[in-house]
Amino acid sequence: MGLGAYIAVSAALFALGIVAILVRRNVLYVLMGIEMILNAANINFVAFNRFNHAEGSQSNLDGRMFAIFVIILAAAEAAVALAIVLNVFHLFNSVKPAEADLLRE
Amino acid sequence: MELSDKLFYGLLAAGSLGALALCTLMGGAGGAAFALFAILVLAGSLLCIWERSVVRSAFCLIGTFGGTAGLFLLLGSDFLAMSQILIYVGGILALILFGVMLSPPDLTERKLPRVLSGLVAVGAGVAFVAAKVASTVNWVQAAELAEPEHATERIGVGFLAYDQYAIAFELAAIVLTVALVAAVYVARRRKIDLQDEGAQG
Repeated sequence: MGLGAYIAVSAALFALGIVAILVRRNVLYVLMGIEMILNAANINFVAFNRFNHAEGSQSNLDGRMFAIFVIILAAAEAAVALAIVLNVFHLFNSVKPAEADLLRE
Repeated sequence: MELSDKLFYGLLAAGSLGALALCTLMGGAGGAAFALFAILVLAGSLLCIWERSVVRSAFCLIGTFGGTAGLFLLLGSDFLAMSQILIYVGGILALILFGVMLSPPDLTERKLPRVLSGLVAVGAGVAFVAAKVASTVNWVQAAELAEPEHATERIGVGFLAYDQYAIAFELAAIVLTVALVAAVYVARRRKIDLQDEGAQG
């Protein structure tokens, strides 16, 4: 399959991640949506790296390296996000983002 | 099982089989492999949005992450595919499942009109962009490509041998250390909380 097929899958995955963030009222779905979006970006990086035809591109690892760093940062983000969710749950007894409205009062 | 569930699962299965058949006809064995992994990715995330319970959604994400690893394999990045499975399925999904324990079962949280309108918006948007892009860009065809070289060793060496990645590698190590220590610090239970609970109990 060509580059276009990979980009189509990645675009659909990105959009589904946005939908997961927007339509569900639970902070865990926000986390899952972010992971989907990062995965979509990774597919794009690796696909463009693979289909790169420029001079000397066969020894070029930039796209894959980018994907590795994205994975590393996703791991860090998930750990911090879970810690924040733990604290929010402790404070509000709920994991719904709409109910964390301490500053409004 | 409700009628909407039956309809959704039926449509999903039919669409998956149709896409598999279409890609197999177009691209032979390579197309079938691509279709398999692409269906895993998209069906996993669709099911994640659709399911009522958070646990089911989290497990549906295994399909998304595993399918992405398969797509990496097809693109010739076996090291990335392995780290994808290790970190996403083994690490991040375990973290999310740990967070699921906080969430009380709330089966009324999913509002069908919201989900459906979101999916329709996504379908329309992706179709529009795909049509625009397909009519303007001349993609490289797979037949023109050289065989994928398996880059497991080259990525490992690339971290250390090339100057350009060494600094980023060290920075990533620092970021991970700081982020994980900070996560433990933020998530810890304070002495006051424990004393409160002791007084109550």
